Amino acid sequence: MIQGIPLEHFLIVSTIMFFLGVCGFIIRRNLITMLMAIELILNSVNINFVVFNRYLYPDQLQGQFFSLFIVGIAAAEASVAIALIINIYRKLQNIDVENVNELKF
Amino acid sequence: MFYMFSGIILICSLLTITTRKILRAAVYLLCVLLATAGLYFMLNYQFMAAVQLTLYAGGIVVLIIFSILLTHHISHRFKHPDITKLLMGIGAAAVGSGLVIATILSHSFQAGSTPELPVDMTVIGTQLLSTEKNGYVLPFELISILLLAAMIAAIVIAKKDKNKNSEI
Repeated sequence: MIQGIPLEHFLIVSTIMFFLGVCGFIIRRNLITMLMAIELILNSVNINFVVFNRYLYPDQLQGQFFSLFIVGIAAAEASVAIALIINIYRKLQNIDVENVNELKF
Repeated sequence: MFYMFSGIILICSLLTITTRKILRAAVYLLCVLLATAGLYFMLNYQFMAAVQLTLYAGGIVVLIIFSILLTHHISHRFKHPDITKLLMGIGAAAVGSGLVIATILSHSFQAGSTPELPVDMTVIGTQLLSTEKNGYVLPFELISILLLAAMIAAIVIAKKDKNKNSEI
């Protein structure tokens, strides 16, 4: 226990954050806000990894390295997704998901 | 301290998915990421918090804000979402989080009794680049190749076509 806070409180916070991200992914229709919801999901997973590392295996660094790699993958994913979004905007003039229904222009 | 950070995280992530102005959503996302970095500082993982601040709060949010400015008018407001979608989303989130929280609370975690490893840059650097036990050189190389591929792909996808006169 660190500063009197049990492990479960961290896990509950990250769980609620994860499902807020899922909810946002379902209810939003704009591609950029859906990308933000994905960032929320990845971030909550990072919190889980780091907290498990700190509380259960404080003599190792596995959770921290996993979070590092997740942050790197999130950066790569965001850059590719934003390139796609800008390309879609050039072709369609808006970026709602309903309009992106054909692969071939 | 923890409860302040988690309050910021929960409120701002709720506002991120419900606000109707897209630039505000990005700023709320930035607040969530900063509060997460605060949690990492609280857990005594300074390196992880610094990576969170520079890569997430500094890199990804700036990228998102740039793309918002390229693709939206500032005064643009979203329409309200469909009621069926709203109900489905809230239902999925409520059921899922209820299940997961019930599972977490019914499981008892065994706290590690081993002494804490002092986490400084030397330990992280040697473990990241060692090929011994507890070494992470293979995923390190993999992610460097992945980042290179993603960078080239982003440039190739986003560049304008030279042959055709594009509309913009």
